[in-house]
Order: sequence, then structure tokens, then C-alpha cells
Amino acid sequence: MGKAFGRCQLLSLASLALPWTGALVVSALLLLPVGLGFPLLRPAAALLRRRADRQRARVGGWTGLAFPPPAPLPATARAILGDAGFWRDLRWAWLEPLTGGLLATVSPALFWYGVFGALVQPFVWRRLGDGNWYAFVLVDSPGSMRDAVLLGLAFVAGALFLAPTTLAGHARWSRWALGAPSRVELVRRIEQLTGSRAEALDAQAVELRRIERDLHDGAQARLVALGMSLDEATRLLDTDPARARVLLAEVRAASERALRDLRELVHGILPPVLADRGLGDAIRSLALDSFLDVEVDVALPPGRLPAPVESAAYFAIAELLANAAKHADAREVRIALSHTAGILRVTVTDDGHGGADSARGAGLLGVGRRLGAFDGTLALDSPPGGPTLAILEIPCASSSPKTSSCSGTG
Amino acid sequence: MRVVLAEDLFLLRDGLSRTLTEHGFEVVAAVDNGPSLRRALREERPDVAVIDIRLPPDFTDEGLRAALEARRERPGLPVLILSQYVDQLYAQELLAGGEGAVGYLLKDRVTHTAQFVDAVRTVAAGGTVLDPQVVARLLARGEARGTTAALTPREHEVLRLMAEGRSNAAIGQALHVSESAVAKHTAGIFAKLRIEPSADDNRRVLAVLAYLRR
Repeated sequence: MGKAFGRCQLLSLASLALPWTGALVVSALLLLPVGLGFPLLRPAAALLRRRADRQRARVGGWTGLAFPPPAPLPATARAILGDAGFWRDLRWAWLEPLTGGLLATVSPALFWYGVFGALVQPFVWRRLGDGNWYAFVLVDSPGSMRDAVLLGLAFVAGALFLAPTTLAGHARWSRWALGAPSRVELVRRIEQLTGSRAEALDAQAVELRRIERDLHDGAQARLVALGMSLDEATRLLDTDPARARVLLAEVRAASERALRDLRELVHGILPPVLADRGLGDAIRSLALDSFLDVEVDVALPPGRLPAPVESAAYFAIAELLANAAKHADAREVRIALSHTAGILRVTVTDDGHGGADSARGAGLLGVGRRLGAFDGTLALDSPPGGPTLAILEIPCASSSPKTSSCSGTG
Repeated sequence: MRVVLAEDLFLLRDGLSRTLTEHGFEVVAAVDNGPSLRRALREERPDVAVIDIRLPPDFTDEGLRAALEARRERPGLPVLILSQYVDQLYAQELLAGGEGAVGYLLKDRVTHTAQFVDAVRTVAAGGTVLDPQVVARLLARGEARGTTAALTPREHEVLRLMAEGRSNAAIGQALHVSESAVAKHTAGIFAKLRIEPSADDNRRVLAVLAYLRR
């Protein structure tokens, strides 16, 4: 209550200072036709933006309301005039003292009036003489003075009682006045999605090229060599059976290598155990393959996650596990998978020497990009000396328009 | 010896069936999907089943699941799983019961007909056959953790062949040493790995694998 009152007080004082900023901006606008406004508008608008930002931060911090910030202020006066965020700030600057500020002032005004009644009236009422009204009490006797003190105390209590309500009302108003227009939000979201889609497509193209090259240089080339050896062996069968036998043995070895190449290629595209069993068992299998002591804790709902999410999470975890072994000299790793509120959450903790940085290292950058395509995030806490904690989150619901939930059988 | 064969690709099914028949097995059922496999395992009660891990209708691990179910109904039913890839998780699931009479091989191995037929026989006789790839990875893992560091290179080789399901005689042949020398090495391995020696081939493989999996 006391805190809310203090905040109301602060808001009411802030709103008193605001008209000056508004007036400055309007002056700049009015001076535009004579040219003087052009150099003035930019700093005035910037000052206004700073005040608006402070209010956004203040109210946002108090209430936990998210205030999507408006697009940055343009650099030229002409562009500022066309900026929706600027006009929004200006509207706020003029309306805030009359509405939000007034709302916030109700409680402090009542409080100070109550303080005046309770603490000041008893000492000054004699000197004020006739016509000394405190609210609706005519204070002209010790009895009526007592009434005024009681009334003042009631006002103080009422002010404190009212403060949280008026503060909440002010927050709602601020949200309306200062929140970025939904159009701006949408534009920003579209830009972000366009970016991540382009990255996903790039990654896909690179992946396809890698597969093509691997097939071409590996299995395909081996099969050609194999055909040549077979042809040679057939030719030698009558004249030099011993040599033909050697060639046939080579053919078998070559066919085995071709199979191994293909197997590795398939594993790099989609590990068979992931295709068969889903993410939980695929990670258990990964743990068995690792040279490290890996403890896996899977708390996923029954059924399968959307295939692209499974794949992204699998390769991300594989990369983190490889990092733990290769770069961090870890011995033990703990991997926990859970799924709550439509978000797949993976934590990977190792006891290595830390120092991993998601801004450096091609592997970690790749992981970030892979997750970015799903609006996923990778948070890394890896102080030098360790340990390293990686938290990976992928919202499943948004990953595929066809799948409404993570636990949908895919 | 009566064999049930499950493989969805016609060419491979035909080839496997021919190979087995040539080596004196009787292929009592050659099926191409999970439900038929389950039915064949129940009705034919074969001496050994050779099963491709990935089968229709869902093309995941239908073959493995059918095999594990059949072994729950009939513990110790000899099963040799074939797959285009080997996965430690699947190897672990196959070995989990501890009854032996299981095999898990890469499909490539069927090109070495003699080895493949040997593997089918070993499994049918209650032994355990693991693909060298699985064994190599388990050994490398043990190595990295220092659990097999105490072994000499020769003992290491013996351990590898042992885990692949070979008998002492076969190990001796492969390494060009006498069977008694192999027995000496295996005793050394058991002592160093602190595993109680046993006359049972299958038990010793499981013990080694269990130790390495730790």
C-alpha cells in the first residue's frame, strides 16, 4: 500500500513535468514552416522518447506488463513526422497529465489534504479565523477541530487504501497509450520470421549440397570402381584365376566401404533410432555411444514431437555433447528433457572447464541457427573453470501449423 | 533346423532364404511384415528366427519389437536381428533379459556367407553374437574410461572376439594360437575385470558387455 502510494506520488510529479516536453515538441512542430523547427524537432522528439521510455520501463517494471518498444526514432525531421511511434509519444505527452497523471494524483492529493487536516489544522485553525472550512467541516471550535483531525486521518487512510487501485488503472492506461501499435509489432515479427526462414532455407540448401557431394564422392564413386573391378575380374577369370580372386576380394571390400559411407550419410541426415523411437530413445542411444558418463532424464509426454523439432533438438544435443567431450574435457554429463506448456526444454550440464561462448564456435552458432528456425533459443552459462550449463528451448506449438501441440503423434 | 525369416525386401528375403536352405536350414516361413512375423513366430515355433529390424507396416523397429515380445512369451527363443545399422540401445534391449540366444548383426555381414551361417548356428545353440561394430564401440568406450587399460594387446583382441560370440576354438583359429592359450588369456581377462569365470559361452559375453556398459 505504502509502496503503491509512493509510486502514485512519483507518477503525479512526473506528469507535472511532462507538459513542458510536449510543449517543446509542439513548438518545434509550429516552427517547421519557418524552417527553425527542422533542427529543433529531432532533439525535442528524442527528449520526448526518453521520457516515454522511462515511463515504459517504470510501469513495466512495477506491473510486469510487457511494453514492446516502438521502432527507433528516425534520424531526420521529415521521417519523424511520418513515424507512428513519434505521434504516439506526443499524444501520450498531452494526455498523460490530464488522464493518467490525474488518476495517479488522486491518491497523493487526498493524502496530503488528509495530512493538512490531521497535523496542521490543530495548530493554525485559531489564526485562520472565520470561514475556515476543512472539506465540509467549519473549523471554529475545539470540537469541530477534532472532527477535522478525524476526517484528515480518514482521508490519509483512504488515500493509502486507494493507491493500488489507481496505480493499476494508470498501468492499464499507460499500456494503451505507450504500447507499440500492433502493426509495428507485426512488421517486426514478419521481419524476424523472414530472416529465420531465409536462414533455414540456406541451411537446408547447404545440407542438400553436402548430401549430394557425399553421395557423389563416396558411395557413387566406390560403386563405379566396383563395377570396373568386376569387369576386370570377369576378363581375368580364364587366364589368371588367382588375380581374379584378389580382385573379387577387393570388390567385396569396396562394397562394404560403400555401405559404410551410405550408413554414415543416412545417420547424418536422420539417425535411424530417432526415426524409429523418437527423441527420448535417440538421446539415450547418443548417451550410450558417448565416451563420457552421460545420465539421461527424459520426462516427455507419450507420443512423438513434430519431426523437425525432434531433429533440431537431437542434433543440438549431439553438438553440445561433442563439445563437452572435445573442448571442455568433461567426464560427466547430465541431459534432461522435459515438455511443459508447449515448450520442449532441454538442459545439458557437464563438469568440464567451461569457457564456451555461443557467439563463437561454428558448432554453437549452427545450433543457434538451427533452433532459430523454430523460434527456439539456446542459453549458455559457461564461466571459465566450469561447469557448463546449456538450456535449449523450442516452442513446439509454433513449429508446424499442422501440429497444434508438442504431444501430437507425428 | 527350422527357421522363420522376416525381411521386407524381396531380393534380400529370397537371397537369405536360399543361403539358409543351402546350408541345411529349413525355412518354414519367410514373411515381409510385422503382423505376419508375430503370427509365424507363434504358430511355427521355429528353432531360430532371422529378423530384419525395420519392417512394414510402420517401417520403424517393428521387427525388434516383435522379437522381444516373442521372447517374453517364450524365453530364450533364439533370435538373430539384422539391420542396416547397429544401435547400442537396441543391443542393450536384446541383451537385457540375460537369456542369451540373441544376435544382432549389420546386414552387410550376410555377404560373408560362412560367418552369417555360423552366427545363425551360434544363436540357435543359445550363444550370443554381436556385430563387431557394437563390440568395437563398447571396447573403445571401456578404453576411454580406463576400464580395459589393464589388458595386454593380446587379451584385448581375445576380449573382442569373445564379445563377438566366438568360442575359444574359433578365437584360437582367428589368432593362430592354441585353444589352451586362449583359455589362459580369457582367465586373465576375467581376473583383471573381476568377473567370475564360467563354462557358459553366453554368460561370459553378457558379463563382459555388462562390465563394459557400466
